[in-house]
Amino acid sequence: MAEPLLQVAGLSKRFGGFVALDGIDLAVAEGERVGLIGPNGSGKSTLVNCICGTLVNETGTVHFNGEAVDGLLTHERTRRGLARSFQLPRPFATLTVADNLRVPLLYTVNARPGPSLSAADIDARCAELLRLVVLEGKAGKYPRDLTQVEMRKLELARAMAAEPKLLLADEAMAGLSQSEVDDIVGLLIRLNERGITIILIEHIMRAVMKFSQRLVVLVSGKKIADGKPDAVIRDPEVEKAYLGQ
Amino acid sequence: MRSWVFFLVCVAVGAVVFAGARLVQNDYVFFAGYVVLQFIVLATAWNILGGYTGYVNFGSAAFFAAGAYTSVFFHKFYPLPIPVLIVLGAIVSGLIGLGMGYLTLRLRGAFFAIATLALAVVLQTLIVNWNYVGGARGAYVIRPESVPLIGNYINYLFVIMLALAIIAINVARAIERSQLGYGFATIRDDELAAEASGVPTLKLKLVATTLSGALMGMAGAPFPYYIGYLQPASAFALDYAVNSIAMPMIGGTTSWIGPLIGAILVATLQQWATVSISSELSLLIVGLLLVGFVIIAPNGIVGLVQDRLRGRTK
Repeated sequence: MAEPLLQVAGLSKRFGGFVALDGIDLAVAEGERVGLIGPNGSGKSTLVNCICGTLVNETGTVHFNGEAVDGLLTHERTRRGLARSFQLPRPFATLTVADNLRVPLLYTVNARPGPSLSAADIDARCAELLRLVVLEGKAGKYPRDLTQVEMRKLELARAMAAEPKLLLADEAMAGLSQSEVDDIVGLLIRLNERGITIILIEHIMRAVMKFSQRLVVLVSGKKIADGKPDAVIRDPEVEKAYLGQ
Repeated sequence: MRSWVFFLVCVAVGAVVFAGARLVQNDYVFFAGYVVLQFIVLATAWNILGGYTGYVNFGSAAFFAAGAYTSVFFHKFYPLPIPVLIVLGAIVSGLIGLGMGYLTLRLRGAFFAIATLALAVVLQTLIVNWNYVGGARGAYVIRPESVPLIGNYINYLFVIMLALAIIAINVARAIERSQLGYGFATIRDDELAAEASGVPTLKLKLVATTLSGALMGMAGAPFPYYIGYLQPASAFALDYAVNSIAMPMIGGTTSWIGPLIGAILVATLQQWATVSISSELSLLIVGLLLVGFVIIAPNGIVGLVQDRLRGRTK
């Protein structure tokens, strides 16, 4: 069996006396579309932060693409192909939409071994990414001029600009209308079809079910279910966590 | 405009400024002009860290004084020409900037600002207790009457500071248009998102503190020759810390031209107030201008103009 792209083993994280993650094991194969769900405070975002290096896990290991990435800084993990988008969009407010995309191209793609992208290549990549997320007309605008859904798309496009192998999309659809959610799900599926492995952290079940090939459920920092989405949502443990006794 | 074309334009403007000052045939123009140019360098240097990366430095006086005292040290130890002292001042202040950046990497906002203020206090205490460079009593640096080609020594100092201003402006402009500039802007906007985009934020912050410190040290190196008698109170004066912050904020912090406009405006006004009203009034002018700009134009003059232009195109 091929080695998983992401292998998390025995990962734990505490905030003082609060156990945010308790011995999480997770393996994600290349090309997979994984949904990560759980009630508020279950540890989903903490897990993303530990995988990306924003937070340091106390125990456990994170292997990415066959390499232990524990101890690496966030930007070093990004350069290895581990990108993320944020729960609340965090655009670079004083840079234009196109320049927001230029940053990962300059600092991630050009920092990898091999020939660097020229200025013309970077312009072409920015235009291609903007086409992909349907923001073509917004290249020269500033993030403050964008709508909520456009901001989400920019967030995803910026993560994509780093040319990741794995994208962790943290609540990419929060606060969007139904049609906007469909829009983002369609976009994520298109990105996956380009060969990018995606872990979607989300509360909107309709979106999760439409997107995911596999569903992982966290409750109180523990993984309680992992499998096919239809089977997982019928799991009594999952029903109990979401609906109570 | 290409960098080398811009540099040549700056040199041409500098030559015109020098020729214009010569035409007036009054040494005071050179004395006052030196101060204005010195603040252009300081404001531009501050802006590389404070404006481009958003890390507010309250310790500008420490870097300026480090450059000045490097000159005093070498004046006593082994006298060297001012251009060499400027390079040494840049190295010393750049290393102090690197050290400060390294020690304060994890601090942000008010905590970083307080740490930089503390650096100035620590450095001033060291200088006050270092007898070799004059200690609390200060040190005399007797400047020559004249230099070949240029003549009067104050004219020479003016030319040197003019060259430093040109260098500082060109460095700031080059950064702004480079990969480094994008990196600095992402640190200012959102450090977490910057890291997630592959930006090595810790490394870039060190580059910014070193560059900013080095330029401030360059501005300080000729100062003992300008003032003739250097004491800690004048090298670490509040004016440097306040003006270095106020000038970019009044001009605008997101572009190289902001500190230039702010420094010319405020420093000229201060020089005018010093001779026509009172030297003590100069800081009051800065304070009032700063309060006014924070209320009316928080993004400075450059921001104000950009907003007007954007409003016109909508």
